[in-house]
Amino acid sequence: MSEYRLEMHDVVKTFPGVKALDHAQLRLRPGTVHALMGENGAGKSTLMKCMFGIYHMDEGEVIYEGERVQIKGPLDALNRGIAMVHQELQPIPERSIGENIYVGRYPLKHFGPIKVIDHAKMYEDAAKVLKEVHLNYDPKAKLGSLSVSQMQLVEIAKAVSADCKVLILDEPTSSLTAAEVEALFTIVNELRAKGVCIVYISHKMDEILRISDEVTVMRDGQYIGTWNAKELTTDFIITKMVGRELTNLFPQRENVPGEVVFEVQDFTSINPKSFRHASFNVRKGEILGVAGLVGAQRTELMEGLFGLRSHTAGRITYKGRELKINQPKDAINNGIAMLTEDRRATGILGVLSIADNVSIASLNQYLMAGIMLNDSKIEQLVRDNVAKLSIKTPSSRTQIQSLSGGNQQKVLISRWLANDPDIFILDEPTRGIDVGAKYEIYCIIAELAKQGKSVIMISSEMSELIGMSDRVMVMCDGRVTGFIDGAEANQENIMALATQFE
Amino acid sequence: MGETKTTALNGKSVLKFISDHAIIFLIILLALFTWANSQNFMSKDNVGNLISNVAPRFIIACGVSGCLITKGTDLSAGRQVGLAACFAAMMQQTLDYSARVFDWMPDMHWVFALLISVAIMGCIGAVNGCVIAFLKVPPFIATLGMQTLVYGACQVITGNQPIGGFKQNYRDLASGNFFGERLLPYLLLPALLVGLFMWFLYNKTRHGKYMYAIGGNENAAQVAGVNVNASLIRIYILASVMYALAGFLIGSKAGGASTATGQGYELEAIAACTIGGVSVNGGVGRISGILVGVLVFEVLKICLQFLRFDPAYTFIAQGLVIIVAVALDLRKYLAKK
Repeated sequence: MSEYRLEMHDVVKTFPGVKALDHAQLRLRPGTVHALMGENGAGKSTLMKCMFGIYHMDEGEVIYEGERVQIKGPLDALNRGIAMVHQELQPIPERSIGENIYVGRYPLKHFGPIKVIDHAKMYEDAAKVLKEVHLNYDPKAKLGSLSVSQMQLVEIAKAVSADCKVLILDEPTSSLTAAEVEALFTIVNELRAKGVCIVYISHKMDEILRISDEVTVMRDGQYIGTWNAKELTTDFIITKMVGRELTNLFPQRENVPGEVVFEVQDFTSINPKSFRHASFNVRKGEILGVAGLVGAQRTELMEGLFGLRSHTAGRITYKGRELKINQPKDAINNGIAMLTEDRRATGILGVLSIADNVSIASLNQYLMAGIMLNDSKIEQLVRDNVAKLSIKTPSSRTQIQSLSGGNQQKVLISRWLANDPDIFILDEPTRGIDVGAKYEIYCIIAELAKQGKSVIMISSEMSELIGMSDRVMVMCDGRVTGFIDGAEANQENIMALATQFE
Repeated sequence: MGETKTTALNGKSVLKFISDHAIIFLIILLALFTWANSQNFMSKDNVGNLISNVAPRFIIACGVSGCLITKGTDLSAGRQVGLAACFAAMMQQTLDYSARVFDWMPDMHWVFALLISVAIMGCIGAVNGCVIAFLKVPPFIATLGMQTLVYGACQVITGNQPIGGFKQNYRDLASGNFFGERLLPYLLLPALLVGLFMWFLYNKTRHGKYMYAIGGNENAAQVAGVNVNASLIRIYILASVMYALAGFLIGSKAGGASTATGQGYELEAIAACTIGGVSVNGGVGRISGILVGVLVFEVLKICLQFLRFDPAYTFIAQGLVIIVAVALDLRKYLAKK
């Protein structure tokens, strides 16, 4: 028996046109938390999917508990004691929590010659598993009655219920609140103490350094190295991930906030549980950060301003002129642009080309004779933006869904730039974007502010809020609880306002 | 696009091209086989006949394609074609025909009959569009209801009697040929105009771009400032206008119309679009593909007819073609994952 529970050697996996894994490797010791790090597209998820049997590798071997094995599929992996919590949840919201935990491997009982599902046992077991991970939910409740972060915890309970020896957590904290992250860490620590080895994929450096024992870094599908977590610093990891020195996390900002141009007064949602009596203003050339916990209704407030959600009361003015906004079109016509939080659900037009995605919001500008679109003018616009924002794409006819997250985000930014708006609302502009591309997005934001645009930036990353904002607005439970000057903002004073519940 | 197509012409790429377009190659092979084994298959009469059959079906398929591209569908297409045919027929009966339905109606030029049919069907399309856009009824259900409703209305209006006794100049619209050349039936012209119009609309106008955007991601389109409801309503109205035109031509071609006219055309049109590469997942579809889809069906029908198969087998063959075509098409996308 070797010192490792699971080893992957020289794994190669090729997709049409891309070498996703190029002799990648990973060695997991029992009873440790092993962080797997790399930029988006580095091959972390692909490697894990090979381990879990979702993909079949072209070359390479897996040695599990000293034996060379071939994992045929997820069911095979589960039977061997390898469980995975996916980055993107696949919940069945209309069924109970218990059923969601045991879907595909329901406990059975014999009813004469027929096998039927043993519901009593299933719910009993589910209750036990939930208790094990300190979740106090009724296993018979519909999964859909839980919040997204609660569903994520249920997903982890599901993995635990498989009695696994290797547990893969792919970005488990992306939608969890601070308290829930603590709860997750408690579970992880308990599992580690039981000898489970845990692969932990995350972009959040502080989490990695806190929870992991070992760190493996990947870049462009290749293995870069494995280090003891205690000896590492954030800068070191980033340097290894990016492959070059990153001197600054944030660009030097040269914007000078001017007079107040955009004012919101007493803005209240039609939904009593959502935002209410929100009042704030934004200056010309200012970056206003918006902080708050999950559920603070920041997104809802901004979507309300953009006409995506209805409001019952409130006044929006731009340079003293009152704006009537009932649908996104009104907001756009009044010079407001919005990058939404969920790029895939409400941002990109996946199967359409880069050109279509860039031009869709500004087609009125390219009309000839009021009817026909001027293709060459659109092509020019796309070319300009691809160059200006250094969007990496084979051509302007490429489907946007084949680009990386950072490049998709840049395409969406160019969509709005084409309209030359005065106010940019950016909802989590760097979510799911790797470190290198993040810096580029920050540069674009800083440049917008320098040009005199007003930027409102919602973010859940403290460092980003503190590093990029001229002023931070904090929300809690639907209300604006305060403003902090950018220079004075820190984790403590933001959290104090963010937890100011009534 | 130009860069990606420069892959060397080797055995593998040829094989891939053939497998990507398997149905089309099969149909071409079938046509060649039929040609070799029967007489008159490539005669002017037969090819002209093929064109006359393709024309109205292509117009219907163009109409329904907008609904499909926006992830919808229109099951009322066939019945709307039928109703349009009946309306046109009732307005184009000869004055001395004994069973004339609108016996009070003065003689009317066919252009007016066409315009009136278009206006009536346009209203039905507007209702479809409003129900789907504002009431958020899934298009499958909304148009299923409309299909039944239109069928009933057609029975009421026609009194369930077949309508015949058309004026000669209405009948000539579908049966005549340009320059007396049997390869150039008059029906070619409306199909050609519709094809060009739709191509222009889909590729060169805002409406087209918005349609693809809605099909690609309705919520994202809304965020980008697209008036989704207005676009959907326009799409369903345009679809119905196409059905009206097709119904008008089909009435003329058949020389009579009844409540049974147009039955099942919606499924043929949807199937043709799908074979032609209109994605059931929305956001994808080209007019040229739709034409190919319609041709595949019509060539298949004529071939089986020439090979003296029982018409019942034609349906079996058509059904198989739909399933195989879509399965092959989906494989193209699945392979990329």
